[in-house]
Amino acid sequence: MVPELGHFALILALLLASVQAIFPLAGSLSGNRAWMTMARPLAFGQLTMIAIAFAALVQAFLTSDFSVLYVAEQSNTLLPDIYKVSAVWGGHEGSLLLWVLFMACWGAAVAALSRNLPLTVVARVISVQGMIAIGFLLFMLLTSNPFERLFPVPQEGRDLNPLLQDPGLAIHPPMLYMGYVGFSVAFAFAVAALIGGRLDAAWARWSRPWTTVAWVFLTIGIMLGSWWAYYELGWGGWWFWDPVENASLMPWLVGTALIHSLAVTEKRAAFKSWTVLLAICAFSLSLLGTFLVRSGVLTSVHAFATDPARGLFILLFLCVVVGGSLALYAWRAPEVSDGGRFDFVSRETSLLANNLLFVAFTVLVLFGTLAPLIYEAFDWGKISVGFPWFNKMFLALAPFLALVLGVGPAVRWKHDEPMRLVKTLWWALALSIGVLAVSYLPAFSGGHAWVPVGLALAAWLLFSHVAIVRERLKNKGGLTKLGPALVADLRGSGRSFYGMVVAHLGVAVFIVGVTMVSNFQLEEDVRMSPGDSQALAGYRFEFLGAQAVPGPNYMAQRGHFKVYRGERQIDELHPEKRAYLGGGMPMTEAAIDPGLFRDIYVSLGEPVGDTGDWALRLYYKPFVRWIWLGAILMALGGVLAVSDPRYRMARASARKPAADTAAARA
Amino acid sequence: MKARQKRMILVGVAVLGVGVAASLALSALQSNIAYFFSPSQVLAGENPPDAVFRVGGLVVQNTLKRQEDGLTVHFDVTDNAETVPVSYTGILPDLFGEGQGVVAKGRIGADGVFYADEVLAKHDESYMPPEVQDTLKTTHANGVVETTARSVQTAAKTVAQ
Repeated sequence: MVPELGHFALILALLLASVQAIFPLAGSLSGNRAWMTMARPLAFGQLTMIAIAFAALVQAFLTSDFSVLYVAEQSNTLLPDIYKVSAVWGGHEGSLLLWVLFMACWGAAVAALSRNLPLTVVARVISVQGMIAIGFLLFMLLTSNPFERLFPVPQEGRDLNPLLQDPGLAIHPPMLYMGYVGFSVAFAFAVAALIGGRLDAAWARWSRPWTTVAWVFLTIGIMLGSWWAYYELGWGGWWFWDPVENASLMPWLVGTALIHSLAVTEKRAAFKSWTVLLAICAFSLSLLGTFLVRSGVLTSVHAFATDPARGLFILLFLCVVVGGSLALYAWRAPEVSDGGRFDFVSRETSLLANNLLFVAFTVLVLFGTLAPLIYEAFDWGKISVGFPWFNKMFLALAPFLALVLGVGPAVRWKHDEPMRLVKTLWWALALSIGVLAVSYLPAFSGGHAWVPVGLALAAWLLFSHVAIVRERLKNKGGLTKLGPALVADLRGSGRSFYGMVVAHLGVAVFIVGVTMVSNFQLEEDVRMSPGDSQALAGYRFEFLGAQAVPGPNYMAQRGHFKVYRGERQIDELHPEKRAYLGGGMPMTEAAIDPGLFRDIYVSLGEPVGDTGDWALRLYYKPFVRWIWLGAILMALGGVLAVSDPRYRMARASARKPAADTAAARA
Repeated sequence: MKARQKRMILVGVAVLGVGVAASLALSALQSNIAYFFSPSQVLAGENPPDAVFRVGGLVVQNTLKRQEDGLTVHFDVTDNAETVPVSYTGILPDLFGEGQGVVAKGRIGADGVFYADEVLAKHDESYMPPEVQDTLKTTHANGVVETTARSVQTAAKTVAQ
């Protein structure tokens, strides 16, 4: 009964979405106010319906209702409750429902938080979101209904993929989806602006916080995925350039370009049509990612059995969305004047460089990801693109990005004097050259050419941003009262500035992590008998054997290791090899001794012979945490930027009666 | 210099840059791609003799043998028509098993053994790499029995993107 209720709620949501897609938009074009005011209630109604459907599915999981096919495939009575909930998005149908739920959340958030926006804009934005919702709801109802019944009802479910029975993965997909779907808001704002033919600084200011929030979610989502892959897959890698990873990286890259280009559009009313194009691309790439993942056209470690009908549907949907929005763009964009001229030495130029580099890298990642399909289409053979290629491309572009990143925030809008820049940044440059020289010494770099480059770039980012903050505070009342000036700045309108600084320092931290772990990590595959010791990177690993330990829904072989540094024991590690009772699929659970400067990582391979020997993998991973720490800093920077009072002030002033605002203007 | 000329120069530099970048990216790609061959194609000598390539199929039952060092394994990969012996040193992915689909990346030795330095792992037990699926289908059409067929319905598992 409850699953039918959920199914019914989805159908109602589809009907609401259709109304939502048509009436507010039509009202905004014909000036029908009543139709436009329907937008907000419709967005809330949409959220209510989808929330009911989602709750129905959660309920089916919690009660282990195996008469629902999807529950029978994904869950099991032995599964701990927390994973019964996360199992809701462990499979295709449920993750789509989650996607649609978030879509509705963003729609309702726009409806609730847009009091300062003109009604026509709100109506158009919500209509566009309704159109996207129609696509996804149709997709779900036609090809992947999560409420499909199964008969005869099985006694026991098939169990959730053991890899997903993990706290990291329980929250990774929701974060990622929030990001993907969040770009639909930026997309909707862009399309609404194109429909209205009004692309201006106000439009950029409205969509900026939304885009940044979506970007923050995506950043966290990708970071969690990377962290999860690191400790759960037992390979010790943090990024594999896998098609599915690339699918999440591409919207992130374009999204990063977008938040920077929105800054130009808001402050200088320049790059307008380019910004709109980026907004369209960011969401289209999110859709493309979904297509790549759902259709199974590419070989991927994330791969799962697929249904061609689903791939076809998404491909068609993708064509409609991309084709439609680009056609609209081609029709409307030429009318947009790209005002705001600027000189070569200006903030605009550096942000342009940022955008070009990000887009170039996106194009490369896209090409590398699709190359197997291109080769296949031309009958050139079945290929896979190795990750060294992606690494090369990344290394070819990233240094330029880091160089520009250190200069960009120091340059003034429109026009700046090169000499002023030199005066601000010379000591930062000198210090980073010092870092380059010192880390070039074989004692530090160990002969790895990229080590000095990476460390010097990180130093450049750090010092240049210190210089930039110093310059700002100097203009705000002298360096003698640094502390109070900083606090006042943070209370006032400086938050987006400090958000930027924090995010950029996150890049520096990320660079240090990537540089160190790629050049200095050590890895050893060994066979060990109980009592054996193995040395790695100055640590000694003593293997004390493995024994069977039962878990709630699995049997584990748990290894026991003592790790010594010199004579001192620093940790005991217990990696596991689990066999899940539901599926019988084995799972490696690595054991990690984490640290800010290094991780020690042990994972069990398989038992060898019958004397208790094991094939094992030992890793030493210097600075690996800095990679995720960098991503967290970037996300924090985004949060700080969004909390800037200037966005709230705009809202507060709009809430006042029109007369007040008019008086204030006068 | 007029603004127009400036812009033309800028566009020229941009086009040149894109061209250089694209050709570098493409030439780098050439040395980093690995072609896929089925065991039948390998035995017919269609694979490049010295380059890294991928071979895939099903792991033949009862051929998985662990060597003395405890880390090197030998197994045979088949497309139901021909068989290629594979040697791999290291820890196999969790879902590796006899009768399962597998894709190995490496080089073929003079002794006819494929020395893999990477064995592709899957997140999902019911997934079959598309390349392997294709080779099996072809041989199936030639009248050989297909060993592993799984229902699509029970296979809708995913690691969410």
